[in-house]
Amino acid sequence: MSWQWFHRLGSPRWFYQKTSVWLPWLGTASLLLLAVGIAWGLGFAPEDFKQGNSYRIIYIHVPAAFLALAGYYIMAICGAIGLIWKMKLSFVVMRAAAPIGAALTFIALFTGAVWGKPTWGTYWVWDARITSMLILFFLYLGVMALSGAFAREQSGDKASALLALVGTVNIPIIYKSVDWWFTLHQPATLKLTEASTIDPSMFYPLITMIAGFYLFYAWVLTLHTRSLILQREWRTQWVRELLGQSAPAAKV
Amino acid sequence: MSAQPDTATNTVRELTLCVSGLSCERDGRVLFEGLEFTLNTGAALQIVGANGAGKSTLIRTLIGTASDYTGDILWQGAPFPKSLPELRTSLLYIGHNAGVRRGLTPLENLAWYGASRSDAMMALDAVGLYGFEDVLCQQLSAGQNRRVALARLYLPDPAPLWILDEPLAALDVAGVASLETQMRDHLQRGGSVLLTSHQPVDVAPLEKLNLADFQPCPEENLEQAYAS
Amino acid sequence: MRVEPFDRANPDLSKRDSGSVKSVPPRVPGFYTLLRTEFTLAVRRRSDIVNPLLFFVTVLAMMPLGIGPEPEMLARMAAGLIWVMALLATLLSQESLFRGDYEDGSLEQLALQPQPLYFPVLAKVVVHWLVTGMPLALLSPLLGMMLNLGEAGYWPLFVSLALGTASLSLIGAVGAALTVALRRPGLLLALIIMPLYVPVLIFGTGAVQAALDGYGYGPQMAILGAILAAAAALAPLAAAGAIRISLEN
Repeated sequence: MSWQWFHRLGSPRWFYQKTSVWLPWLGTASLLLLAVGIAWGLGFAPEDFKQGNSYRIIYIHVPAAFLALAGYYIMAICGAIGLIWKMKLSFVVMRAAAPIGAALTFIALFTGAVWGKPTWGTYWVWDARITSMLILFFLYLGVMALSGAFAREQSGDKASALLALVGTVNIPIIYKSVDWWFTLHQPATLKLTEASTIDPSMFYPLITMIAGFYLFYAWVLTLHTRSLILQREWRTQWVRELLGQSAPAAKV
Repeated sequence: MSAQPDTATNTVRELTLCVSGLSCERDGRVLFEGLEFTLNTGAALQIVGANGAGKSTLIRTLIGTASDYTGDILWQGAPFPKSLPELRTSLLYIGHNAGVRRGLTPLENLAWYGASRSDAMMALDAVGLYGFEDVLCQQLSAGQNRRVALARLYLPDPAPLWILDEPLAALDVAGVASLETQMRDHLQRGGSVLLTSHQPVDVAPLEKLNLADFQPCPEENLEQAYAS
Repeated sequence: MRVEPFDRANPDLSKRDSGSVKSVPPRVPGFYTLLRTEFTLAVRRRSDIVNPLLFFVTVLAMMPLGIGPEPEMLARMAAGLIWVMALLATLLSQESLFRGDYEDGSLEQLALQPQPLYFPVLAKVVVHWLVTGMPLALLSPLLGMMLNLGEAGYWPLFVSLALGTASLSLIGAVGAALTVALRRPGLLLALIIMPLYVPVLIFGTGAVQAALDGYGYGPQMAILGAILAAAAALAPLAAAGAIRISLEN
């Protein structure tokens, strides 16, 4: 059967065993890239003639903002796969992706605020990007809250997957409308983050950091998914064997 | 499943519900497993079992609102979930929450189910609600609300398969007797009834199915899992 | 309703069934029946109509007490305040959209019918808008006057609210369907739905602001109309899916 791989992929046990092999490599690669990127970006990249050293926060801010948005789509796609093909593992990945994405969104917001102080003289401006990021953060919180609200796990899975999908349809509209709203209320003079004007000597470390963040995201997502799998499947035999329990534990 | 290849083209359909090897779980707990029964036309089946044995889950699985099961459910020989729309066109289902809107009158409730006024009046008369047809259901008692729901069984041309969750609950003696008569008539016309009830039901031919017979023993279950 | 006489002693048995069961297609309530039933129910639960409106007016009356009565300040904030309050009033009234039907089992009966759930959901939303969004829009010029909104803003405020609250009702229906199986969904519903309201809020207030500044507000209305069209096509589908998920709970 050509579908066999697909169904095997949907088996939490198979996922757990496979990722045990990949995990160290993924972790090493991501930490290595992050270390190189940080050293390069903070130590060797040249100073910005306008902003001085404060611009260096983009090496955290930009990758985090990238992944915050990408993470929402990853979460929604996993939800869609779960809804369409009724794949259990997909829902677990979706649930694991939600808090990670929310954390990255928070990091992007926080670093943006820290960056805003020396640049704009204030921690918070209702800039289009920041506002969109804030709404994205609320979308993440909504998905997390809904998935946790149901006593029955499968209902929480499906409901939050559907909400994530609805959010996906809305995100472009929200981003466009916030953009429009911002140009209406403020002349576009604050756009300092135009990526196209960045010098290559600053750009290469940024690319390294983005790649590092992606790998780091994959690593953390896998780790979190694995722990959720163990939580969900604690009744099954393979988890008990894994945990080295000889007799069924009495926790119900 | 391949035994009846041309049931769909057959004009005289055998409206048979066949369940084999069905197990349902809820929240990771297996409610029952290896459930087998066949419900033929002209037959009634009473599902019994203690509270929490899975009667409602079984019914929700059969009408297709719950999809967490393993095993085979066949309607007219065709497997679920493909035959589910077919089953629903021949289904009259009255659930635990009976589908009576409390903000409507009994007459309006039956009209919502597609009954004409005279049919609805006749059905309401049959369940003893003559004179209450224009009172809001929220002003009626629990038993009267139950009768409004059951009045659907007295409408002309009822669907052949009746699935009733606790139809006798909150009914008085006369109500129970009348309902039993209506079910017997329905069976005689070639319909079939699947119902859950804690009290005995005087309908023939009636088969009983105790869900307790299909309950997995928890200890045994785990030991088997370890042995394999 | 056409009233046929019912003679209890001699019921008309000519239309009774022939004595054998047939697999007749179930009688499905048509869109008009659905609308009429929903409207009847809404009119009978009068407090559900009046309470959002009272909330809207009361909270807006609090605003000058909180931010001060200076006419210029109120004039600047009026459109935004009215829109945010309309948003909250719609949201609060939406919690009960499917609740009654879920609890009495008629939602389950609807889900068993062969017709898609799209039309029953749409009927509910249309009636919800008729009894909530529409009265809010009708009241808005009055509140605009109290909050010192410029006269140029009355008409765009009314039109944008009428169009916008319809979208809000549609989008909120998805949230209401997702949370109908939960016991106390109030705050959760607000949390999951508020972010989705953002575009409607922006273009609704944008239209009023443009009119006050002396510009045309056609584009904003067109966008609000487009959002409404998209929401009318997609939101009932999503809500129907959500209802099936909730029924499985």
